[in-house]
Parts: sequence; structure tokens; C-alpha cells
Amino acid sequence: MVALQITAEPAAGPGPTSSERAAGRVWRAVRSNKKALAGAVILLVFAIMAVIPGLIARDNPQAFSYGRSLGPSAQHWFGTTASGQDIYSQVIWGARETLIIALVSGLLSTVLSMIMGIGAAYLGGWWDHGLNLVTDILLVIPTFPLLIVIIAYYPHSSLIPLIGVLVITGYSYGARQLRAEALSLRGRDFLEAARVRGERRTYIIFAEIIPSMTSLIVAVFLGTAVYNVIAAATLQFIGFGDPNSLSWGTMLYWAENGEALQTGQYLWAIAPGLCIALLGAAFALLNYAFDEVGNPALQRVKVRRDRYAAPWRIRANRAS
Amino acid sequence: MRHALRRLGFFAITLWACLTLNFILPRLMPGSPILDMMAKYRGHVTPRALHAIEAAFGIETHTSLFVQYWQYLGNTATGNFGISLTQSEPVSQVITGAVWWTLGLIGVTTVLAFVLGTLIGILGAWRRGGWLDGILPPVFVIATSIPFFWIGMLLILLVGKIHPSFPTSGAYSYGATPGLSWPFITDVLQHALLPGLAILITSIGGWILTMRNTMVTVLAEDYIRMARAKGLPGWRIMLDYAARNAMLPNLSGFAMSLGFVLSGAIVVEYLFSYQGVGYYLLQAVVNQDYALVQALFLLITVAVLVAILAADLLTAVLDPRTRTGG
Repeated sequence: MVALQITAEPAAGPGPTSSERAAGRVWRAVRSNKKALAGAVILLVFAIMAVIPGLIARDNPQAFSYGRSLGPSAQHWFGTTASGQDIYSQVIWGARETLIIALVSGLLSTVLSMIMGIGAAYLGGWWDHGLNLVTDILLVIPTFPLLIVIIAYYPHSSLIPLIGVLVITGYSYGARQLRAEALSLRGRDFLEAARVRGERRTYIIFAEIIPSMTSLIVAVFLGTAVYNVIAAATLQFIGFGDPNSLSWGTMLYWAENGEALQTGQYLWAIAPGLCIALLGAAFALLNYAFDEVGNPALQRVKVRRDRYAAPWRIRANRAS
Repeated sequence: MRHALRRLGFFAITLWACLTLNFILPRLMPGSPILDMMAKYRGHVTPRALHAIEAAFGIETHTSLFVQYWQYLGNTATGNFGISLTQSEPVSQVITGAVWWTLGLIGVTTVLAFVLGTLIGILGAWRRGGWLDGILPPVFVIATSIPFFWIGMLLILLVGKIHPSFPTSGAYSYGATPGLSWPFITDVLQHALLPGLAILITSIGGWILTMRNTMVTVLAEDYIRMARAKGLPGWRIMLDYAARNAMLPNLSGFAMSLGFVLSGAIVVEYLFSYQGVGYYLLQAVVNQDYALVQALFLLITVAVLVAILAADLLTAVLDPRTRTGG
């Protein structure tokens, strides 16, 4: 697999401006690329659903108050479940938990990746060996079976253990990438300069190293988010989630158990699955767009390159 | 040589970590899952089987954790995984019965996905900007983010509409006698078609994308220009010059993915009730059959370790650049 990364050449003086530049870079990447724009729009729609579900779907998603297995109608746009819940409002309300799982576990994974990866690279020596060994072991042990085995021994079905397990099993790949990137930065002049200026370690890590790695950190976040959306939905589908929770994975679990496909409630199975796929696709599109903006070799042949040519340093890193 | 030894050392440590996880997890978790399991199976299985569990987890015998750990390592080393409570037969028998089904279904589909995906990737990069290249990457970016089980559900739905009698669960028909007879083989193939198709749809995209992207990078190299200047036929440049070099990262990825065949089996086999390794792992997890859980988890990890080792070797043999001196 070839991961492509971008690092800004610290042409002007480093310092607080570099983080502003990094933010501007992310924004430019989103705006200038159709794939990124599509991903951002999908994400926005789901975010709105997650924030104000009550305004979009007026029915109580968990009330068993309607006829069972009704077909789509004006009252129930997507029909009702085998136990008489409104499917449309379940889909709308399900966005919240699904999005929370994706964002929280994605963020925490990324932070753990940063601690383990950048920490290992920066501290060096035995710290590097130790942290790296833990990461490598977790990278090699197959994630999904490990997830299931841990959940098996810890069957308290609520969100926190689910997110915790996703974070522990999912951070390693990002940590590897971030460590490689941080190692390549280690000998750079702007870091030497900061050290000579007598800056504190924390300043160097937070104000110098991390801002110059923004693109990769964003890529790591998006990658883990895609993975976590699917992993969480799969766990819930198999029956390792909270069966009373409202999320797309749990809906599919009930759809399978309520034999939605046999009784003809197709939308019960199709709608939540489509939403999961769209959410995953939104993160994947954003990620893909970052790759594309960063690596001119992957850009459409007719694109104008001069816009990105000068201030970028492009490096292909083979992460195997 | 030193590099090889370090790799082997790493694999030994990983194996040890996996064994230790297996040992620690059931003992560490709150609410003592082992006692739950004992209570659940008392009266349902033979006293001998229960006693074996008690001994393994040191419940009645009050052996210290350290002694238990030592015994556990010894038992694993001698292939003694205990007795499966759900299947009431030795764990090793359950596994040997299940593993071939998984290898047959998912192994074959993984090879197919790799071959097809790589070919499509080569063509896509070669006709850069053509219709294949225009359609495929976006389609497969989306396809790889679709949860696998959902594709499977839709396939079951579709087939149920079109051809209701087509098998959608199990590895072969109920009551069929396994053997090398023609009807049995066609029966098995029919049962494998839907799960195989579902795996193919979700896994082929990754191969296409990585192959296409490395191929695009390789096509920009000077030796490709040189080959064009020499006037070599296009297909030779495409296959012998570009694809051959672009294949390298994909090949080691392929070797690795073979190791993940067992671990990828869980959801497929759950959805299609296909009696392989993943199906038994889930059954064991749901029914708290911890001896079987531990053995299957170990097997899955070992498969991955062996595959990664093979991928390392393969890369070292095929790509002289990765060989470090000394």
C-alpha cells in the first residue's frame, strides 16, 4: 500500500503561523477538490441529522405504537418494523450514535496514535523500542477477532467499552505512519533551530512538530473513522452492541432478527446500511482527496499544477 | 541475517503476547466470566469435561496464577486445547473440521479478488483517463466503505426474490452426504457462490486502487520512457516493464491478506451460516465456550504471523533493493 503524504517546507520562519498555514491548507484541499466537497457535504447532512433529529422526524423512534410491518405510506415514509416502530425516524435518530462512535473513537485513536508514534520518534532510544514494540504487536494481531474476544469477556453492552476497544485495537496503523513521518522530521533545521533557541520539549512537540504533520494527522483520523464506522456497525449487527440503542448497526441487527427481508420490509434493511455506506464513503472521499491533492502523480492529467507547485514537498512513503 | 533474526524474535514476542492475552483476558475481566460459564454448563455436559475446565482455570484446585500460566503454555505447546463445551468434542477436532471450509471459501475468493483486481488496476493505469479509469476508482472508493455484511444481506434479498430455492446459508444442503461425488461438489459450489460474490465485491476495490496507483507512479519512470523510445510493443511495456515492477508492493500485500483469510471469516460465515472458523468463533463467544475461543484466536493470529513472515521473505527474494547488507 502506498500512502502519500505532504509536508510543508518551512520556507518562512516557523512558529504560530505554521499552524495557520496548515489549517488553510486543509481548507484549500476541501474546497478545490470535488471528491472532498462531496465528502464534506455528506458529512454535514449527517451532522444536521445528529444534532436536530427531532425537527426532521417527528415520530418517537423507539415507541412501539404503530401497526407492525406496515409498508411505506404518507404517515410512515419507510414503513414500520416488525415490532411497530417508525423506520424513517429510526434512521434519522440513528445518525447521532453512529456519528458519535465514529468521531469519538476516531479522535481518541488519533490522539493515541500521536502519543505512541510521535512520542516514540521524539523520545528515541529505549522509549522508541518499547512503544514501537507494543504498536507493532497490536498491528499484527488481527483486529476484528481481538475485538470480538475482548467483547466476549466483557459483555456489558454500552458505548464506552465499545469505543475503548475500538481505540485500543485501531490506533496502531496510524501510530506507525506518524512515527515514520516524525522520524523524518527529526533532523530538520527548523527543529534544530528551536532546540538551539532553548525552547521547551512540549513547545517543540506541540508548536513545531505537530503543526507540520497536520495533513498526515488528518489522514490518520479519516482512515480510522472509516474503519471504526464499519467495525462498530458490524459488531452491533452481530449482536455485540446494546440492543436497545438507536444506531444504524443496531437497526440492521433487528432487521436481520425480525426477518425484514423475508417479510418484505426492504427499507428496514436498506436505509441504515446505505447510511453507513454513505458515512464511510464521506470519510473515504475526504481521505482520497487529501491523497490526490498531495500527490500530483495521482491528479487528473489536465489539472493545473502551478497552483501547488512551489510550496509543497512531496514524498512517497511506502508503509507496508 | 541479523535482520531475519530480529524479525523472528519479533514474531516470537508477538506469539507470546497473544498467548498471554488469551490467558489474561478471561481472568482479568470484571464479573468472572469463568464462573458464569461453569454455572451455565453444570448439568449440561459430562462431569469430566467440567473438571477439565476447572483444572485449566484453576478454580477448585486453587493453583496459583503462575502455575496455571505455566500449565497453559505447556498444554498449548503440546496441542492440548481442551474440550469444546458447545460441540462436546476436543477443540482440535472442531478446528480441523472447520478450517478447510474457511480456507476453501475465503482462500479461493481472496486469490480471485487479487488476480482480477490487479489486472483491472493494470488496465486502468495503462489507459489513464479512459472510461475504465474514470469509472472504477470512485466506484471502488465507495465500495470499500460499504459494510461487508450489508452487501451480503442485499445479495440474499436479491437472490431470494429472483430464485427463492437458491441456497443462502450453510456450506452444503442439510442431509447431503459429504464426499467426492459430483452432486455433492455442485451443491458445495452453489452454497459458496453468494458468500464468495459478497467477498469479491468488497475486497476487489483495494487491489484495483493500490495496483493502479503504484502503476501510475511506475509509468512515470525513465525506464518506461526508454522502453517506449526503443519502440517496444505496448503490451510488453505494460506487462513486463510497468506491471512487473508495480506488482511488488501488491504481492507482499497479497501474501499478508492470505494470513487474514481466517480472521476475515467471521462476518461472512455468520451471515451465511457457513460452518468455518469464524462461525465457530462466534458460536463459542456467544456460548462462553472459552477453550474454543482461545484456540481459535491463537490459530488466527498464528496464520497472520506466518503470512507476514512469508510476505517478508517474498519481498526479499523478489526485490533486491530491500535486502540490506550483512
